[in-house]
Amino acid sequence: MKRIIVIACLVAGAALFGGCAKKATTVEPPTAGTQVGGAGSTAGAGGASTSGSALGSDSGANGIGGSGGMAGGIGSVIYFDFDKSDIKPEYQDIVSAAARNLTGHPNLKLKLEGNTDERGTREYNIGLGERRAQAVKRALMLEGVPESQLTTVSFGAERPAAEGDDESAWAKNRRVNLVYLP
Amino acid sequence: MNRVLAVIALMGLVSLSSPTWAELVVEVTHGQDNAIPIAIVPFGTAPGATAPFDVAQLVSADLARSGRFKTMDRKDMIEQPHTGANVDFDDWRRLNNDYMLVGQLQSLGVDRYNIVFELFNVLTHERLLGYQISENEAGLRLASHQVADMVYQKILGIRGAFATRIAYVTVLGHLPNRRYQLIVADADGVNPRIVMESNEPIMSPAWSPDGQSLAYVSFEERLPTIYVQMLKTGERHRVSARAGVNQAPAWSPDGRKLALTLSTRDGNLDVYILDLATDALTRITTDPGIDTEAQWSNDGRSLYFTSDRAGGPQIYKIGIQPGDKPTRLTFQGSYNARPRVSPDESQLAFVTQDNGAYRIATLDLKGRGDMQILTHGRFDVSPSYAPNGAQILYATRDQGRGVLALVSADGRFQERLASSDGEVQEPAWSPF
Repeated sequence: MKRIIVIACLVAGAALFGGCAKKATTVEPPTAGTQVGGAGSTAGAGGASTSGSALGSDSGANGIGGSGGMAGGIGSVIYFDFDKSDIKPEYQDIVSAAARNLTGHPNLKLKLEGNTDERGTREYNIGLGERRAQAVKRALMLEGVPESQLTTVSFGAERPAAEGDDESAWAKNRRVNLVYLP
Repeated sequence: MNRVLAVIALMGLVSLSSPTWAELVVEVTHGQDNAIPIAIVPFGTAPGATAPFDVAQLVSADLARSGRFKTMDRKDMIEQPHTGANVDFDDWRRLNNDYMLVGQLQSLGVDRYNIVFELFNVLTHERLLGYQISENEAGLRLASHQVADMVYQKILGIRGAFATRIAYVTVLGHLPNRRYQLIVADADGVNPRIVMESNEPIMSPAWSPDGQSLAYVSFEERLPTIYVQMLKTGERHRVSARAGVNQAPAWSPDGRKLALTLSTRDGNLDVYILDLATDALTRITTDPGIDTEAQWSNDGRSLYFTSDRAGGPQIYKIGIQPGDKPTRLTFQGSYNARPRVSPDESQLAFVTQDNGAYRIATLDLKGRGDMQILTHGRFDVSPSYAPNGAQILYATRDQGRGVLALVSADGRFQERLASSDGEVQEPAWSPF
């Protein structure tokens, strides 16, 4: 059973890597430069894992087809400043696109996964991650998305997108992943 | 979650007693000046017999790891007596020992041994302890920890905590293929056993007061769920999988309730108390900020917890009766979180932000409320008291890797528990 999930993650990771690269032209992740020009396999693995872990097995269905797949292709990560949960202006496009997608497809459900960097205590970081997920939820509701289409979960610092004890890793980890549920 | 304590089958992903070989190795980073010099003489065996276990080596390692003793190197011993009758105290005093332990490991037949030992005050020649413990071979390690406990208590007047256990979380592999293991090991890091493993995060292990169970948070279903798992049988109960956050379980002193953190639909985290027998929930905090990381007072009438109601996280205490109002306890610094109560409730250990670094600090609860920063790392988190209160186990980072470390409750002695692989985090020291 576990094995199936791992495979699903890998497939999702591969499928979405393209999605991420496309997204980078419209929305720049804070450390896109390092990610591309970084130390070969490490940086590559880190980048792939962002999408892989963000969307996980759920997105396997998205990749195969349906409206969910299209939705997943639009910028699926919103990054935050240290200790902040307000959505920066450059991520408004992601919020609006997701809102259009959700209001246009009332059966679609979106899970907002809040994450923090590794600094601080683990349980308090769960609170900060939840606060970020809620900030995105509120922004989507302000654009007309019914609450019934939205769920939140906080992983705190437990599911980083990048490993490392420095700001370049931390910036990639302070994020909300927008994950469309099948 | 209508069913009280729904029993979850373990589906083969939990292997209760599978050994793991990533033992923790101790390395002293800051010695203590006033450590008591003691000689632990290698134990004797019957002529021609090979000892199945080096009792003296383990006792010596335990005492050294406590930071309170300076143990004599074996190669500096000019003789190795095994009974008090053969000790020349003047020799041992000249080698600057205050105390010495001598003994024998006697074979009593098939898989049966006697550990016989005597503790002496080298200056007065007084025999402080004289005991024997009968054990089979598998029990010799634990029995040796008990010998160390007796020596520690006799000399210091404090109960030893060597024959206890620690729980911690290990993260193996790298993104995106991480594997999380909940481990229970002896207090010295030896004999690690996997309690539970998953491809999703495991957090916040907490020992039941009787030492029989662990509560923890698992994300194995990609949502946080609090489980209680019996260590002996592996039987596991799902105790909280409510909508939203299910985090930070903490056992009441009587073991009947858990304090935990739940969230409302709009994401407000508050501390609740869950009655494990009835599944009844009582909300304790109501503030719109983050309230989490609760710990019980020893009398079971109050909770210590983290709240950012005043801006940054600070530590508060609140009674659990309806209408009780919280009192703020920490005022120094902008970040004080995740309190743990010392066994005698004379102090709290917690995480403080100090010049941009996260460090372990203590707050005096009995006297003037002094705060003391004990550690010097950049990412020191998750403090956990030894059941005798003498040391605090915590998580830190060493060359980019998560490792465990120990600091004495007064901050004078520090050491690191280096693991051979993976990231080690969230240690929790068992009760006695």
